[in-house]
Amino acid sequence: MQQPKPPIYTEYHPRWYRPRVSVYWWLGQWRYMKFILRELSSVFVAVVVAMILLQLRALRSGPEAYARLQHWLQIPVVIALSVITLFFVVFHAITWFNLTPRAMVIRWRGKRLPDFLLTAPNYAAWIVVSGAVAWLVLR
Amino acid sequence: MADNIILEIARYSPERDSAPTFQTFEVPFRKEWVVLDALNYVKDKMDGSLTYRWSCRMGICGSCGMMVNGEPKLSCATFLSSYAGNGNKVRVEPLRYFPIVRDLVTELSDFLGKLKKVKPWLIPKQELPLSAGEFLQTPEQLEDYKQFSMCINCTLCYSACPVVGLDPTFVGPAAIALAQRYNKDSRDQGAEERRVILAHPEGIWGCTFVGECTRVCPKHVDPAGAIQQYKVDAALEWVKGLLMPWGQRKSKEGGRAAA
Repeated sequence: MQQPKPPIYTEYHPRWYRPRVSVYWWLGQWRYMKFILRELSSVFVAVVVAMILLQLRALRSGPEAYARLQHWLQIPVVIALSVITLFFVVFHAITWFNLTPRAMVIRWRGKRLPDFLLTAPNYAAWIVVSGAVAWLVLR
Repeated sequence: MADNIILEIARYSPERDSAPTFQTFEVPFRKEWVVLDALNYVKDKMDGSLTYRWSCRMGICGSCGMMVNGEPKLSCATFLSSYAGNGNKVRVEPLRYFPIVRDLVTELSDFLGKLKKVKPWLIPKQELPLSAGEFLQTPEQLEDYKQFSMCINCTLCYSACPVVGLDPTFVGPAAIALAQRYNKDSRDQGAEERRVILAHPEGIWGCTFVGECTRVCPKHVDPAGAIQQYKVDAALEWVKGLLMPWGQRKSKEGGRAAA
C-alpha cells in the first residue's frame, strides 16, 4: 500500500503571495478613473497658462502678431483643443473646490464649520472673477 | 428572494498553490446575515480549512477586513442582502495590496511597523506627578482629535489607497491619521518627533489625495482629511521657519500649552 505523502512543512515564515499592482489599476473603477482624470486636468491648466503667455507675447509684438495668433486660435484643431481644455479646467476647479473642506478645518465658536460654508466661497469667488473677466472682454 | 447565495472565496495555500484561486460555495441566504456569518457557515459546515480573521463581529476589533465584490469592507458589517440583486454572487478576497498568508488572511507586519514609526502614543514634554491631578481638556480640545481617535486599525484604507500599492514605503492613511490624533491632543508635545516621519516624501507628501481611504473607512475617521490638514500645517511651519527662524526655535522650546 502506498504511503500518503507527508505534508510539506514550511518553516517560519510561510510563503506569502505578493500580488502585483497592474499598470491599469485605475481602469477598473470609476472612482479611480476620476482621480486620474483629476490629475490629468493639471496638464490642461498648464495649457491655459501657456495660451495666456502666448497671448501676452503676441500683444507685446504688435497688432499683426496678435491677428496671426487669433487666426491660429480659429483653426478647428485648436478649437477642439480649447473645448477639451475648458472641460478639464472646469473639472479641475470643481473637484478641487469640493475637496477644500477636507484640507481646511475652520471652527466658529468651538464648532467646525459645515463643508458647504468652505466650498461656497470658492464658487462665489469663481463666479465674481469670471463675471469681471467677461465684463472686461465683452463691454 | 433567493434561498441561497453564492460565495466565491479566494483560496491560497502557501504549501500547495503558486497563486490564489477561487472556490465557490452555495450558502443559505438569510436577511440578517452578514458576509462573516456566511464565511462562518462555510467553515462550520462545508470546509473547515477556510482561513480568515475575525473576532468581535461588531465593527470594533477591525480584524475581519476583506475585499467584498472588489470593495474593502468589514465582513461583519456587510450584509448579504446588499448583494441580493447582483446575481446573488458575493466575491470575497483578501485585502488588496497586502501579502497573503493563507486564504483571506493578510500579513500585517509592514503596517504595524509603520504604525509604530509614527509614535501613536502621548509624548508629554514633562511627566507630571499623579499629585498634579487630572489633565483637563475642554470639549473643543477633545473635538480636535476625537474623530481621528476612532481608528480601529482595520487597514481598509490601505486597501483603498493606490499609493500604498504603488509605493510600499508610503506610511499610509491610518498611521498618519493616528499620528494626527496625537499631534492634535492638547496633552501631547510629540509633534516635532513625528514630523521627522510625516513631513517626508514617504509620509504626507506621498499622498496624492485620491480620497478613497476616507470613503471606505467604517469609523468615519477621514484619513485623507488628516493628511491634507497636516500638509497645510507642515507648509505653514516651513514658511514660518523661513520667515521667522527665531520664532520657530522658540515654539520648539516652548512646546504646547497645557489645558
